[in-house]
Amino acid sequence: MASWPLLSFTTFLPLAGVALILLFCRGNSPDVVRNVRYVALWTTLITFVLSLFIWFNFDPRNPGYQLVEKAAWIPEFGISYHMGVDGISMLFVILSTFLMPLCILSSWEAVQLRVKEYMIAFLVLETLMVGMFCALDFVLFYMFFEGVLIPMFLIIGVWGGARRVYAAFKFFLYTLLGSVLMLLAILAMYFVAGTTDIPTITATHFPRSMQLWLWLAFFASFAVKVPMWPVHTWLPDAHVEAPTAGSVILAGVLLKMGGYGFLRFNIPMLPEATEYFAPLIYTLSIVAVIYTSLVALAQEDMKKLIAYSSVAHMGFVTIGMFALNQQGIEGSIFTMLSHGIVSGALFLCVGVVYDRLHTREIARYGGLVKNMPKYAVIFLFMTMASVGLPGTSGFVGEFLVLLGAFRDNTWVAFLAATGMVLGAAYALWLFRRVVYGKITKADVRSMLDLSPREVAIFLPLVAVVLWMGVYPSSFLNVTSASVGQLIQTYQTKLAAAQGGEGGVSVAAR
Amino acid sequence: MEVLVVFLPLLAFLVAGSIALFGGPKVEPAAAGHGHGHGDAHGHGHGHDDHAHVSHDEHHDDAHDDHHVVAGPPTAGDRAAQFVTAGAVLISAVLSWILFFDVAVGGNARTIELMTWIRSGGLDVSWALRIDQLTAVMLVVVNTVSACVHVYSLGYMAEDPQKPRFMGYLSLFTFAMLMLVTADNLVQLFFGWEGVGLASYLLINFWYEKPSANNAAIKAFLVNRVGDFGFALGIFAIFVLAGSVQFDAIFAKAPELVGQKIHFLSWNVDALTVTCLLLFMGAMGKSAQLGLHTWLPDAMEGPTPVSALIHAATMVTAGVFMVCRLSPVFEYAPTALEVVAVVGALTAFVAATIGFTQFDIKRVIAYSTMSQLGYMFFAAGVSAYGAAMFHLFTHAFFKALLFLGAGSVIHALHHEQDMRNMGGVWKKIPFTYAVMWIGNLALAGLPFFAGYYSKDMILEAAYASASPVGKFAFALGIAAAFLTAFYSWRLLFMTFHGKPRMAKSVFDHAHESPIVMLIPLAVLALGALFAGVGFHNWFIGHDMAHFWGKAILVLQDNNSIEAAHHHTPGWVKLAPLVVGLIGIALAYIAYMAMPGLPAKAAATFRGVHQFLYNKWYFDELYDFLFVRSAKYLGYGLWKSGDGAVIDGVGPDGLAAATRDVAARASRLQSGYVYHYAFAMVIGVVLLVAWLSMFG
Repeated sequence: MASWPLLSFTTFLPLAGVALILLFCRGNSPDVVRNVRYVALWTTLITFVLSLFIWFNFDPRNPGYQLVEKAAWIPEFGISYHMGVDGISMLFVILSTFLMPLCILSSWEAVQLRVKEYMIAFLVLETLMVGMFCALDFVLFYMFFEGVLIPMFLIIGVWGGARRVYAAFKFFLYTLLGSVLMLLAILAMYFVAGTTDIPTITATHFPRSMQLWLWLAFFASFAVKVPMWPVHTWLPDAHVEAPTAGSVILAGVLLKMGGYGFLRFNIPMLPEATEYFAPLIYTLSIVAVIYTSLVALAQEDMKKLIAYSSVAHMGFVTIGMFALNQQGIEGSIFTMLSHGIVSGALFLCVGVVYDRLHTREIARYGGLVKNMPKYAVIFLFMTMASVGLPGTSGFVGEFLVLLGAFRDNTWVAFLAATGMVLGAAYALWLFRRVVYGKITKADVRSMLDLSPREVAIFLPLVAVVLWMGVYPSSFLNVTSASVGQLIQTYQTKLAAAQGGEGGVSVAAR
Repeated sequence: MEVLVVFLPLLAFLVAGSIALFGGPKVEPAAAGHGHGHGDAHGHGHGHDDHAHVSHDEHHDDAHDDHHVVAGPPTAGDRAAQFVTAGAVLISAVLSWILFFDVAVGGNARTIELMTWIRSGGLDVSWALRIDQLTAVMLVVVNTVSACVHVYSLGYMAEDPQKPRFMGYLSLFTFAMLMLVTADNLVQLFFGWEGVGLASYLLINFWYEKPSANNAAIKAFLVNRVGDFGFALGIFAIFVLAGSVQFDAIFAKAPELVGQKIHFLSWNVDALTVTCLLLFMGAMGKSAQLGLHTWLPDAMEGPTPVSALIHAATMVTAGVFMVCRLSPVFEYAPTALEVVAVVGALTAFVAATIGFTQFDIKRVIAYSTMSQLGYMFFAAGVSAYGAAMFHLFTHAFFKALLFLGAGSVIHALHHEQDMRNMGGVWKKIPFTYAVMWIGNLALAGLPFFAGYYSKDMILEAAYASASPVGKFAFALGIAAAFLTAFYSWRLLFMTFHGKPRMAKSVFDHAHESPIVMLIPLAVLALGALFAGVGFHNWFIGHDMAHFWGKAILVLQDNNSIEAAHHHTPGWVKLAPLVVGLIGIALAYIAYMAMPGLPAKAAATFRGVHQFLYNKWYFDELYDFLFVRSAKYLGYGLWKSGDGAVIDGVGPDGLAAATRDVAARASRLQSGYVYHYAFAMVIGVVLLVAWLSMFG
């Protein structure tokens, strides 16, 4: 099908919402503000429904790019407007469009200041995120990838907490530093391949010595985004200061851009370097899993704790990816999707109590189950999903990742599996301090349970987590063919390189 | 029918859960602080508080199980939740007995595929219900005890304001346990495994306002997770070796794997041995074997029906079930089997030594459970899987009976759990007294009671086994049998006989439990009486081979039950009974004839007594090694790792350095021309040098 450009529509529809807001919602009266919220909500909802058509039209047996759109853009430099999705990127598009309406809903009452600008920032952000996952041209990709920084920087810097400026700058500088190196790498690749077309570059062979440098440049960018230890310290600060919806998008989608980048660029384009650096990734990821889990155990701020847990979970993601087998990579994609939902939901859980008591300090709470039983159930459910209880989405991803890692290297699986224990420790310890125990404070006692609006936010999340946990085939079917092809590309190129260059690179193993 | 058996409890959980969340009357937040605080009741104290304790009241002050909370009459929602959950599990129980006779007795094993679960590359996991002989036995055990506990809870929890939540959790547990026993592959087994862990966590924490309950729940979950860590690695290893996680595929492959090596961590080790040991690590966690046992006694924080169902009869036996289920793999890993036997035997002994120094009635029974689980494991370790399953079967009845009986005592004595504050009540609660006798007789293994058949078989099999550790297990088993008899009668005498040691008002109000609690006791008592004599032919006797079919595999050389039937010296058959009787006699002397003796003995052997009373100091050791060090490390890594090093050198350091450089740079702008000229010269020199070297 695809007689009409579905991907472009999905990508740019949010901008239509922005235009509506700019054109028709002038002034600051309560009516206008309400209209702005509704416009944003409807735009994101329609975008979500539209994005589902991508899924319906997606053929899971086809490992290549689908729904492709291509038009010359700057032909002199071989740059084109090239969009398309495969099994690796498609579900991330859905994830982005799925989370967005929930973010708008969660900001319904929490954001009262500069509502118009806030909603515009989110809509622009959505365009950039979706575009990034669909882009098949390096220039296009880079524009989306970098563009994401701007609305996020504003969301943290304008609507954030007390130290928002520090956090926003830290976030911006860290990620910018990485992406500058990536830009250099893209330029270098352009000079070799003569084009910025991603599929073409994927088919190009780069000399081994060059691969190593290119790989490191990409790594610098993506490792910050993931974030991998030790460049993770921007994340807790950014999360703590960001407004709830900002945290949801940050954890839910923005971190996945790093993982996606590894899968799209490092592994298929630079296989020899990937093989060479895989132990580095393993080491950093294992440190991330153990180190950040321990650090999470010591946190006193709810959001910081969940932020650190994100770093640990993303450690699983990078481990699975670089196990470079079917279970490992599929598991890491699945973990990213699952983490997108679960950590988003956990940040929303924090948001719920933050809206009521305006503090994230764990010690200020305790005993919430008494007056907020519905909240407690949902929080527990998401905690268990984060812990990786079978039947939830968290288990499937974690299990596949560890299985993939075990096939590759038992030490890695052994050390990473300690995360199962540590993850349960910090998550349950948080839950116990916030939800269980006796209520000792009067303001906590008067907190009200979830409102219908909040229930409406959580129900879809719960449903998806269960769906992913009980019948993950809907998702694994989508990824399997493309992942299979990715591994095949990687292995063929590697074998060719090792055959071509004689025993040198084999000996280098 | 199989689907109904498994999913009815899930349905019941969903109904009861919805009632708990949406159906109940709203508790006004303002009033919440008054009426319902379990912890509140604590502060006001019970009758025993003004009563002098003999000694050792360190942890016992906060160990009272069931706080008295006065709730209004049950609402329609409560009634509906109770009706749905108890009804569903009762139907499941009836159906599982039908299945038992069809599948186990009739030899009609089958597997029902439900749907795909995880499929990725070569990994293919399905949701399926495997109903074979082992499963059928477990179905009967789980559903019968669960039904009894559901009914019992109607009475026991009558005064609790959160009945739907409690009943829902019980049904959730039942569902997870059923998924565990019907699993057709290791991953679904793991699903049930973690599911029962979750239910156990929730039920231990049922009275969520008690900090001790919160801690116990977390501890249970985490210690189990340590076991699951091994379990998960074991599953991965099996997948790598056999290319599948489905049982039949694994079993078919196992004989070929004998002698194969696997590169695990940095060593090349025997593949099957290491795999089985990893899997056994999971079993150790779930079944509270020595090393990973510390959560079980603490789990007694949960309401007593929970202890009976989860922490005695069903969940904790999941590890035994797992080893028996995997007998076609373990049989080819003799080293692993020896480890299983040794761990089991040590657990049986150590737990018994701790059991006879404890004063909390539930903890005594908890240690007794741990000890009996040890018996089951060393039975499995000497390849007497039939005997292990038989003991699992009989133990479920008499141990659930003991727990529910203890619950009845606690109920009668106004929520008193410390045996030092009991005594002399046997005339007041004669029915409970009688069933406790039956339970203890079965536990101690007196002839014709259930435990006699299963426990003696285990000891004989251990003695007759070809395994090099069989005799060792036998010796520890006999020692544990002596201790078991001793602490069982110690419990009986301290609880029911002697002078009443509680407040007079409590004694006067002591009363027999309502009929809905007594019926389940009667059913379980029947089990404790007849489960041994009625079933031993099938489980371990002449019909054994036919009964188990292909569900259990024993290699001909390892067949210890067969060996025990033929070549056991007479004294081996008699020994358990003799030491049991000696134990009972000693308990009579110590607690009835000469009541001052135990205190004197404890004073004389103070060191040993303290060591045993403090549970061999496992908790203290683990707290020091893991809990505190993890917290300390976490805090240190956060403050000095992330804070001082990474941020200090990274972003914050760079920012500081930039400010610093900027300040210096601004000083460079001195305005003197020769400064600038000098800088230019240096620059040109450097540029030329660089070009000549690399250009």
